[in-house]
Amino acid sequence: MTLVLAGCSTASAGDDRVLTVYAAASLTDVFAQLEEAYEAEHPHVDVVVVHGGSAELAATIVEGAPADVFASANEAQMEAVQELTAAPPTIFATNTLTLVVEDGNPLRLAGLDDLAREDVVSVVCAPQVPCGAATLELAAAEGATLAPSSQESSVTDVLGKVAAGQADAGVVYVTDVARASGVEQVEIDGAAAVVNSYPIAPMSGGESLDLAASFVDLVLGDAGQRVLAEAGFGSP
Amino acid sequence: MPRWMAPLAVLAATVVLLPIVATVARLDWSRLPELLTAPAALDALGLSLATAAISTCLCLMLGLPLGYALATWRSRFKPAVRALVLAPLVLPPVVGGLALLYAFGRRGLLGGALEDAGLSLAFTTAAVVVAQTFVAMPFMVLATESALGAQAGHHEALAGTLGASRSTTLWHVTLPALRPALITGTVLAFARALGEFGATLTFAGSMPGVTRTLPLEIYLQRETDADAAVALAVLLVAVAVTVVALAYRPLSARTPAGAGR
Repeated sequence: MTLVLAGCSTASAGDDRVLTVYAAASLTDVFAQLEEAYEAEHPHVDVVVVHGGSAELAATIVEGAPADVFASANEAQMEAVQELTAAPPTIFATNTLTLVVEDGNPLRLAGLDDLAREDVVSVVCAPQVPCGAATLELAAAEGATLAPSSQESSVTDVLGKVAAGQADAGVVYVTDVARASGVEQVEIDGAAAVVNSYPIAPMSGGESLDLAASFVDLVLGDAGQRVLAEAGFGSP
Repeated sequence: MPRWMAPLAVLAATVVLLPIVATVARLDWSRLPELLTAPAALDALGLSLATAAISTCLCLMLGLPLGYALATWRSRFKPAVRALVLAPLVLPPVVGGLALLYAFGRRGLLGGALEDAGLSLAFTTAAVVVAQTFVAMPFMVLATESALGAQAGHHEALAGTLGASRSTTLWHVTLPALRPALITGTVLAFARALGEFGATLTFAGSMPGVTRTLPLEIYLQRETDADAAVALAVLLVAVAVTVVALAYRPLSARTPAGAGR
């Protein structure tokens, strides 16, 4: 108990201000690094990153959550909060789709066409969520037929099903494969044609507008872009 | 009831009712008929009612014997075993789904054997039933065990001295006396199965008409159409409340009838 209290008091003595960043789940690792970098530059600021599905985050922001910055995994959810942005959103990263399979690719899957094979259990995102809409768009562009066993609510659920071995293959984002273990990616031909853009904007609902602007600058600047590229994100 | 408890009771009712009232207040009445009769909504409702009904039957068939066994078992391991059986009540939903994967998944403990026997559960309606049965079972076990524990067993002993077999005693003496508790357990198990979400999502997947129950449909609709999600949520609550209201009356109201037997 004493330790916990001591921890709290040091934290509050050093952190005079708090910057609350709402970021899409796929940005978890990247924003942990950016949080550290920002706090190193601004010793009196405590950056608190709240992660979740973009739709979920946008919904809580609309309901009045005190976000200073919102980094969304798609433009639709940024539009949902557009009345609350303090400055126009900027695209800071892009992501493309890929096939995720078990390590070693035991079923020798080569592309989207193989997902309709009888011996392949595949899962994709539901058309209602951004990754599912992108998957459909890519399949249409490639003329591939999908025969999924499940239409998951999020890309994390697709990845989970493949990582657990319930499904043989799934369609996820390139950066998701980098985060998971026991799986590898199989590039999809023409994947570059369907690009998912990540917008970021400072929000008017928060209390630290000046800090929010400098955090957005960090993400858009060289340091931020380097961390994003290392995680597999494309540049805007 | 002491007078000081009244404000606390009102507060308790508020904590439970306010979120429900707030949800109903968000309903877009003009779109309600269209939202509730959408094919996706009807599919999900039908699947939910069917799977929850099957799961509840399984809970009754299996949970009753387990509750009975726990009530009559005399062992120092009993508290530990009881606590483990009740674990699904406290497991976070997604962890429950992972636990089911580790047991029945394609790479799980039993998964390989099931697969060889041609009984792959992956992404089937049966997987939904397994998930619902897993989370709802404790209600049935607990209801049976506590009701049996509250009885002295004199009637059973008497039936035995009159020459009744154990099965005859069970059907004609024990079960009629347990009726209120069994109804409570059944209703709670059904309500829990109907609301099951996390374990289904993790273990069974989400496919329209196969594994996408109403809670999963609500979760998905929320991404694109919050009005639809709210409408379906109110439908789910209405179904559950109706079932509970029809089947479940407080134990005290039943006691005279039960005592008369």
